[in-house]
Amino acid sequence: MNSQSATVDHRICNTTGLTVFFRSEFFIKINAVMGVVFLLVGAIAAILLALTRWSAVMFLDEVWFYRILTLHGVNMLVFWIIFIEMAILYFASSTLLNTRIFSKTLAHISFVMMVVGALITNYIILDGRADVLLTSYVPLQAHPLFYVGILLFAVGALLVCFNYFATLYIAKKNKTYTGSVPLVTFAATTAAIIAVIAILHGAMALVPSFLWSVGLMAEPDAGVYRLLWWGLGHQTQQVNVAAMVGVWYFMATMTTGAKPLNETVCRGAFVLYILFINIASAHHLLVDPGVSTEWKIWNTSYAMYLAVLASMIHGYTVPASMEVAQRRKGFTKGLFGWFAKLPWKDPGFSSVALSAIIFGFIGGITGVTLGTEQINIMAHNTMRIPGHFHATVVGGTTLAFMGLCYYLVPLIFQRDFYLRSWARVQPYIFAIGITMMSLGMSLAGTYGVPRRTYDSDFTGAAIETGFDPVAHILLGVLGIGGVIAFLGMMLFIGLVVAAAFFGPPIKDRKMPTWQDEKSQKMTDDLINRGYEEEGKHYEHVKTPGTIALVLIFLLSFVIYYFANWASLADLWFLN
Amino acid sequence: MSIFSPQGNWFRYPEGGERMWIGLALVWCIIMFIAMPFWHFFGKQNATGESYTVEARDFEERVDRFVEANQVDEIEGVPVVEVPSGGDIYLLGRMWQWEPVLKLQKGETYRLHVSSTDLQHGLSILPLNINFQVLPGYDHVITMTTTTSGTFDIICNEFCGVGHHWMTGRIIVEE
Ligand code: HEM
Ligand SMILES: [Cu+2]
Repeated sequence: MNSQSATVDHRICNTTGLTVFFRSEFFIKINAVMGVVFLLVGAIAAILLALTRWSAVMFLDEVWFYRILTLHGVNMLVFWIIFIEMAILYFASSTLLNTRIFSKTLAHISFVMMVVGALITNYIILDGRADVLLTSYVPLQAHPLFYVGILLFAVGALLVCFNYFATLYIAKKNKTYTGSVPLVTFAATTAAIIAVIAILHGAMALVPSFLWSVGLMAEPDAGVYRLLWWGLGHQTQQVNVAAMVGVWYFMATMTTGAKPLNETVCRGAFVLYILFINIASAHHLLVDPGVSTEWKIWNTSYAMYLAVLASMIHGYTVPASMEVAQRRKGFTKGLFGWFAKLPWKDPGFSSVALSAIIFGFIGGITGVTLGTEQINIMAHNTMRIPGHFHATVVGGTTLAFMGLCYYLVPLIFQRDFYLRSWARVQPYIFAIGITMMSLGMSLAGTYGVPRRTYDSDFTGAAIETGFDPVAHILLGVLGIGGVIAFLGMMLFIGLVVAAAFFGPPIKDRKMPTWQDEKSQKMTDDLINRGYEEEGKHYEHVKTPGTIALVLIFLLSFVIYYFANWASLADLWFLN
Repeated sequence: MSIFSPQGNWFRYPEGGERMWIGLALVWCIIMFIAMPFWHFFGKQNATGESYTVEARDFEERVDRFVEANQVDEIEGVPVVEVPSGGDIYLLGRMWQWEPVLKLQKGETYRLHVSSTDLQHGLSILPLNINFQVLPGYDHVITMTTTTSGTFDIICNEFCGVGHHWMTGRIIVEE
């Protein structure tokens, strides 16, 4: 027995019954840990920015404001999010498909490249030689190491995607699973495919910039650079959306026992992401010179709206699957009885539920509206833009990933949390903060307050100007919301770090439930039964509550959308 | 279960509430799609992206000639030009000033040429909240009809270096 156990390379999860290979477990862990490290860097930057854009405080000076803004954008949007996504890729391929990862060496190499790339980039930014913000728009030029760092990180991520696809292939070849890949793996595959396309665009934008920065190439064209850069910048957001929706489905199953209502619909919606999101980067160039109206309308609307359709489908199927699960448990009272009985005290669940609400109601509605060709005239580069994306990528993706971590730590690190009651309130604190900040930003933006601008009073400008006092109050809302979100984020980081490294070990046991024993039992029961009944119909369980919710959503969308057209009509005539 | 492999043939057409929602969402997406070309033909505010390649020096010269021919005043060292009757007008964005100050007439139609001689800038006309991207090498032409009068401040809303928040300008529209 002894000699055998020495060669054992996996364990069976006591909670899910899945096979966890130690090797992939290791890569899930180190990628998740690096993600949280860079989240911490980004969070410290975040509070400094919030306290500076709060025009009554203006904490940083102008040099450090732009430097820290660069630091924040890069660490949050690139390093934090992508490291977690890498962890998800290892999980979704190896663990869900019951297979070893394709190459351990490749996994090591790609991880080292990503870490070194991230460190180089952070070093050169903090050293003051890359004050170019995340987008590094030419002719703004950074030190060559800035481009080197980002490219190294990107190539590392590309190699992880390659390792992922190869792992899918060997799983299929070795028949380590029967039937089709699980929905979560399907979602991760969507993310990985879009990531490859995004990184190729990024290389086309950043390699010439690098060559230019070392004097080997002429200055790239500013307009072409924007087109290519947003091929990276926009599509990585679709990676984030696909990964986030995958996490929604995962957590819906884990926390409520939900089963996708219709695999065809859910998977079809992911396919729409791949097919139609790729050209939607146009919506960053809507008021640029050099791109024609036809090109913009086609590439934002035709393509983007089918991707929007996909998100609206997921926005229904995720809560609907939960409603069915709840009703099957017997919570059938009225329209919303099931909703009230959802496990709101489980931080894994509440994070994901709040993520879906913030992403849909704030992020989604503002995003599609601001991305409308003509409406963009009133929004481009104003605070409405960070107001929008802090609701998608922070209130949506980041919050969903936080929820995931509340399950990742017990399931993969096999350690329990301390201060569990703090964990229960953390998602709410963060969600309230980010919602306030996002609304403060968006509303300040309607006054024309610019994004990426140190001083909203323009002190020292030759021609004096300034904003309505209301705009400054809204910047205060941004500031207070930012402080609350920061506290929520630090609480999260403290909780997961304490648990992952020092938490009480839970080897060879089921994960301690975040819910009460009775609800957990009902959820487990559904998970077990769902597995047996796979492929069966659930039409006998209707989803009236979810229908009501999505109709409220659509109504809000329609009102916001047409209100924007109405205010556009008040502008000067522009052609 | 989203974490387990579905077995057999799971293909199924959407039914019931799900089908209704997909249909409704699709209709809404199509409405939003049609809104853009519709506004292009029937609305008055459109970003056409009309632009021409231009060398920084050439654009600067055109701006200088424009200022020489039409200058009437100066505000804080920035020339003020008056163009009462429509036509081509020029605005130059550079670190960190919009030049010149434009004095226009309400109800006239102008072809505003705007470009940069250094970095990317963001033309933002306040409090109207009209925003366009300004790129070096591109003579971006915005055909605009001033339907309201008053003093409109211009700021820059694309990061252009450490003095980005000092970059302002002005358009004055007279009755
Ligand atoms: C505690 C939470 C956070 C706070 C308080 C915060 C605050 C801010 C503030 C004040 C800005 C500057 C807006 C401007 O002046 O244009 C900003 C920019 C930004 N934030 Fe955050 N943020 C937070 C979390 C995040 C997260 C988690 C992400 C990504 C996953 C993120 C991504 C970005 C990006 C991409 C920018 C734009 C950078 C640029 O303009 O180049 N933020 N944030
Ligand atoms: Cu500027």
